[in-house]
Amino acid sequence: MLYGRGLRTLSVLTAATWAVALGLVFFYAPLEAEQGFLQKIFYVHVPLAIVSLCGFVLGGLFAIAHLRTRESRWDMRSYVAIHMSLILGVGVLITGSIWAKGSWGHWWVWDEPTLVSYLIVFLLYATYQPLRFSIEDPERRARYASVFAVTAGAFVPMNFLAVRLSSAYLHPRVLGGTSNLPGSMALTFGVSLVAVGLLFATLCKYEMTAKHARGQLRALRRRRTDELQRAGRFGF
Amino acid sequence: MRATVAAILRKEFLVELRTLESVPGMSLFAVSTFVVFHFALNQTSVSGAEAAGILWVTLLFAAILGVNRLFVADAEQGGFDGFLLAPVDRTALLAAKALALLGYLLAFELVAVPAFALLLLQPSLGGALPDLLAPIVLADIGVAAIGTLVAAMVVRTRARDLLGPLLTLPLLVPIVIGAARASAPLLAATHAGGSSGRWLGLLALYDLVFGLIAWAVFDFLLED
Repeated sequence: MLYGRGLRTLSVLTAATWAVALGLVFFYAPLEAEQGFLQKIFYVHVPLAIVSLCGFVLGGLFAIAHLRTRESRWDMRSYVAIHMSLILGVGVLITGSIWAKGSWGHWWVWDEPTLVSYLIVFLLYATYQPLRFSIEDPERRARYASVFAVTAGAFVPMNFLAVRLSSAYLHPRVLGGTSNLPGSMALTFGVSLVAVGLLFATLCKYEMTAKHARGQLRALRRRRTDELQRAGRFGF
Repeated sequence: MRATVAAILRKEFLVELRTLESVPGMSLFAVSTFVVFHFALNQTSVSGAEAAGILWVTLLFAAILGVNRLFVADAEQGGFDGFLLAPVDRTALLAAKALALLGYLLAFELVAVPAFALLLLQPSLGGALPDLLAPIVLADIGVAAIGTLVAAMVVRTRARDLLGPLLTLPLLVPIVIGAARASAPLLAATHAGGSSGRWLGLLALYDLVFGLIAWAVFDFLLED
């Protein structure tokens, strides 16, 4: 039971960091001069986007490891990283939409290149699971999924470059880098980023533990069936 | 390696000449789409960015038809097994298939681009045609690399007709950006001069990156 170890500590740590992060967001970070309260959604939106994009690229790196070593655990890690990034991705698109509505009065704006690139990346990764589940042979499924993950992982930066080139700089970046932020905002942003990163790690660990436990259960059940059959054959 | 690629390429073109499955279908699809655009937009002519958008959406959707058919015969009639039994480099299949797809694309565009100029484009294409060649060729190289990789990825899945376009479209978005932006000034009513080198550079970079990726991962798709 290696997989479940440390899960409780990690969960508690994640919950505590989230509590601190939300406390900082609502009670410590100052209101932004132009956007006011609305700007606070950035403490969730931007970390979610950063973590999920890192998750997609991580899935590609795990896939490279799988193609090199042919060990199925690397494929499982790649799958879990991409799966969780997709779930966070839904959050990115929803929070981005809310921010666009509050900021410009529309649920979707095309002149925010980062958000548009994100949507394209999301649409590409949304085909990962249909591709996976339409291949029956487990070995080939893992291999093809890894090829997809490598290709899509390389697509992420290329796509951001292309979309960034295509849109004029109509709007200043609100959180371009943490360097030009006042200290209290930068601190809040940093803690939020850690909180989202921990959430990602915890969810990945939960899913991997569940998959591992299911695999063990299946093996046990198979052994039990074999024993019963053998007992049946020799007992009578 | 070169002999292998040439042999597979010859077989591809021979099969295409005898069955006439890809190029005529793609051409017909493109012409029908221009007709549909005429009625959907309710316009007798288009120009500029709008024209570039219609042209590239049509060309890429027609290209997806070719991508979907690329490996079907090999998967269904044992072409893969035959190739894997032969003592040749597996990358040769990627190179040959990508070149074949590139050939199909260029051949069907010989029909589709003049048809577009005839049916929808208001300023005549004559002067812009040499400049238009660069974005078309660069975009076709990218479509050929990505299309071959995706086609090999989905051909042995249960839902290949669905997965092929779903996977190809997001991967082609940067090509649409580059090609449409590069050709928009060429199709403008005032003919505002050549296309900006920035978009051609983007297309060339994309071709290079995805050509290398396809080359790196293609072998893994052929292992059984």
